[in-house]
This record gives sequence, structure tokens and C-alpha cells, in this order.
Amino acid sequence: MSDPRLSELALDGLWKNNPALVQVLGLCPLLAISNTTVNALGLAIATLVTLLVSNGVVSLIRDWVRAEVRLPVYVMVIASVVTIIELTMNAHFHELYNTLGIFIPLIVTNCIIIARAEGFASRHGFGVSLFDGLMMGMGFGLVLVVLGAMRELIGFGTLLDGADQLFGPIAIDWGVRVLPEQMTFLLALMPPGAFIGLGLLVAFKQAIDQRSARRARAAKAARPAEPAAEAVG
Amino acid sequence: MKFPVQTSPHVEAPSNVADMMTVVLWALVPGTVAAVWLLGWGVLFNVALAVGAAWLAEALMLWLRARPFRPALTDRSVLITGWILALCLPNLAPWWLPVVGAVFAVVVAKQLYGGIGYNLFNPAMVGYVVLLVSFPEAMTRWGAPVEGGVASLTLTEAAQWTFLGVLPGATAFDALSQATPLDQWRMVVTQGGDITGASIWQDGAWSLWLNLAFLAGGAWMLYRGAIRWHIPVAMAVGVLLTASLLWGIDPERFADPLFHLVTGGVIFGALFVATDPVTASTTPRGRLVFGFGIGVLAVLIRSFGNYPDGVAFAILLMNLAVPLIDYYTQPPVFGRKARLDVDTEGR
Repeated sequence: MSDPRLSELALDGLWKNNPALVQVLGLCPLLAISNTTVNALGLAIATLVTLLVSNGVVSLIRDWVRAEVRLPVYVMVIASVVTIIELTMNAHFHELYNTLGIFIPLIVTNCIIIARAEGFASRHGFGVSLFDGLMMGMGFGLVLVVLGAMRELIGFGTLLDGADQLFGPIAIDWGVRVLPEQMTFLLALMPPGAFIGLGLLVAFKQAIDQRSARRARAAKAARPAEPAAEAVG
Repeated sequence: MKFPVQTSPHVEAPSNVADMMTVVLWALVPGTVAAVWLLGWGVLFNVALAVGAAWLAEALMLWLRARPFRPALTDRSVLITGWILALCLPNLAPWWLPVVGAVFAVVVAKQLYGGIGYNLFNPAMVGYVVLLVSFPEAMTRWGAPVEGGVASLTLTEAAQWTFLGVLPGATAFDALSQATPLDQWRMVVTQGGDITGASIWQDGAWSLWLNLAFLAGGAWMLYRGAIRWHIPVAMAVGVLLTASLLWGIDPERFADPLFHLVTGGVIFGALFVATDPVTASTTPRGRLVFGFGIGVLAVLIRSFGNYPDGVAFAILLMNLAVPLIDYYTQPPVFGRKARLDVDTEGR
């Protein structure tokens, strides 16, 4: 199979085939962890690294894995990567590790990772697979962070609160209070807030896509008169 | 003797959404008047704010969705959503509470699902539950009933409190507020007390009058054919049965059936909310199941849940079960013994 172009991969991962907004994969961590920006960012980075490493490894070993046992092998690769990330986070970002809790080990079960390993990395070269992992991970992470920021803003009235858990002591006052405490809407922090927020994001993406499709059609409709006239002439 | 000729139909039944909603609007009047009389002017502000906000939100959403304005804005259903929501809110609520609730109810629970006829959940109850879980403090601002003897607010004082949060002179908010009977029951039980001795009924007489007014409205709707008896009756039976069972097991912890029936939102919910034609079950037997389920769940949530009143949650939960209930209670086609799809598959 010929490798797709990098620009296509980027467009796919970030927008056209976005793991969270279009494939709607990995909902469990996406909905559960997106209650603050920092939590979302932490999980986004963890997922991104997992995706990157697992895509790379799966691509490297793809010629030696028999088709019959490929899925267990991929799962073992992913599980090893996640274990390494979990131990690293426990060592260096202990507070964040405690907040994210079960959702770090659960990255193993995130469908995006096995989907990219099976659907992409097992059929493509090392470099392209790494790039695909990066773009898919970023696409997922961006949605996670945007949702986290939305929910934190509406639910707590702050942004980036607790950033020191992720960036160390220099980030201790990165958190900003945007809305006064009386104006917060607790629902955003609860599970329904996550569902409604994700629904709105998906709808927003669809609206943009439809608008650009309409524009493209309108532009196309305005143009074809010229080549037709030439053909006649 | 005169025999005047009467041609049928003798009783004119509402035949379109707007007519039916008009009946419901009139049916809400006695309860609202009673609530204003018993609980003060705050109720009136709640109704005005919620109805206004709901109507504006509906108009805004119709504009965004590029749908025709006229049918949806003149069928009065959105007024009822706002009004019902307002009657569930505490009488000393700040102005933004009914506004936020009504906007959420109409925008998320009604219009995002596709507008009238398409919503899965009762919009007013969604608005109420969202307020209850999001603003727990504001939702407990129940003032003492007017009869209770505490200085009640005049119209201007109530307006100042609702819109500016200012109370006249030396009045403290605590002097105005009072726990509802359901809150008192919960308080006694969580403190390990025995409710047989404690008067959870204290100052609860007003809720009897309020419920009588709601019943009058319900009777009018029943007479005009806007609702049918199945859901309210089944719901009352569900409440009474479950409450009797629990009360029989442990009368010190669980309130008696009559208490459950006349406090909180049971009667109001049974007549005005659970009978919502869009979100309730539509088959005769299904309505009985639907109402009974609400009654059982409401008492269970009150007795074992975290919130004082469970009627709103019960209604939303049973809304979720309506497609299933309707599927299993579908009446047979006339002339057949059993339902089509089940019966023919068996043979």
C-alpha cells in the first residue's frame, strides 16, 4: 500500500476524521476527564505519547507478526507503553496522576489506539505511522482540551487552575478566574455537562463543514459556464 | 314542557395543540392564584420571568434553526413549559433562577431535540432538575407561607428581593425562609430522630390548600378532555402503595402515605407534568404503567435518595422508559386477539 501524503494525514487526524468528533472513539476518558483544562491536557498528552509510541512499534514489527495473533500482540505493545507512561507520571506528576486515577491505565482500552495500530500502523512505514499517531493524538487531545476548558470555565469559572500539577511550581499562578464564583453553572462539571459539551462541539464541527460545503457548491455553480462555452466555441 | 333540540357533539373538546394548551393554561390559574396567596408575590415573579424567558428562548431557537415562528410561538406550549417550571421553584428565588431554568428547558430539552412533539424528556422537569443539581443553595430558598405568621413581603419588597437581592430594613433572610415539610422529614431522619413524635406536618396546612387548587385545575382539564385519568390515578396509587409498604416496615423512619401524597410535587406533577402528551406514554395500559412507575420511583427517591423531592427525577426516568412501555402495551388492532408483531411471529 502506498503511503498517503503527510498533509492528508494531518487533515484527517485534526479535522476530517477527528477521533473524538467524527469517529467518536475513546468517549469514556474524553467525557470523564474533561472537567478541568489541566486534567484534560494531562490525559491528552498521555494519550498522544501512547499513540505515538504504539504506532511506531506496531509499524516496526508489522512484518514479523502473524495475522492470526496480531491483535493480542498489539494490545500487549499498547499495554506496555501505557504501563511505562503510568509509572513515569506517578514518579514525576504525582498529583495529576492521583487526579486522573484509573483513566491512565484505561488508555489501554481506548479504541483510538488499537484502531490506529490495526487500521494504519500495521500497513504503513515507520515514519508515516509516527506522523499519523501524532496527528490523531493531537486531534483527540485538542478536543479534550477544548472540552475541558469549556467545562472548567462554565463550571468553576476558572481556566488552567492547578496548572502546577502538570508544569511544576512555575505554573502555580497560571490559573485565572474568568467568572466570579456566583456565576458558575455546576451542571457543566457533571456527566451531563460532558455529554452536552461534546454534543455541541460535534454540532459546531458539522455546521462549519456544511457551511464550507455550501460555499464550495456555490462557487462550483458559478464557474462551469466558462468551460461549457469553450466547448461550444 | 320544552324539549330543546341538542345536536352532537355536546361537549366541545380541544382539537388542536393551541386549544388544548389554552385549557391547561386556564387549569393552571387556580393553583397559581393559591400559590401567590399562600406563598407570596415571589411566585408571580417566577411565573412572569420563566414564561417570558421561555418564550424568548423559543423564538431565538426557531430563528437559529430557520423554522417558521408562527405555529410554535402561538400554540402556547412554551408558555406552559415556563409556567410549570415556575410553579416548582422556591418562592424566594432570585430573578435569574427561573430565567436560567426556562432557557435551559426550552433550548436544550425542547428545541435541540427538534421542538414540540420531538422531545424525549419533559422540558419543564429538565429545567427544574438542572437548577436543582446546579444551584442547590438558591433552590432551597423557600419562604414561610403567608399564614405562618412571619412578616410576609409586600409586592415592592418582593420585587426588590427577587431582582436586587435586598430585603427591607432589619429583616434577615433566615426569618423569612422555612424548611418545607419534606426537608423537615429528611432533617429529622438524617439526625437519627423519630418522625412519629416530631411534627413534620408543622405549618404544612398550606400545601393542602395549594393541592386543592391544583386538583380543581386538574378536574377542569379532565372535564375538557385535555388529560385522561390513567396517569394521575396510577401515580397516586403508586405513591400510596410504596409509601404504605415503607411506612408499614418502619414508621419511625418513613413518612406516612398521606404525607407523601400531599407534600412536594406529587399532585401537581401527576396532573400537570406527567400528563404531558409529548413525553408520556400514549397507550391506555401504558399510561397506567407510566404513572405507577413515577409514583413508586418518587417515593423511593424521597426515602433513599439525596434530594428532598423525587417527583421530577421520577418523571424524567419514566420518560426514558416510555418507548419501551409503549412497545409492550400497544393495544391489538381491532378484530384481532393480540398485538400484530408479537402474535404473527409466534405462529
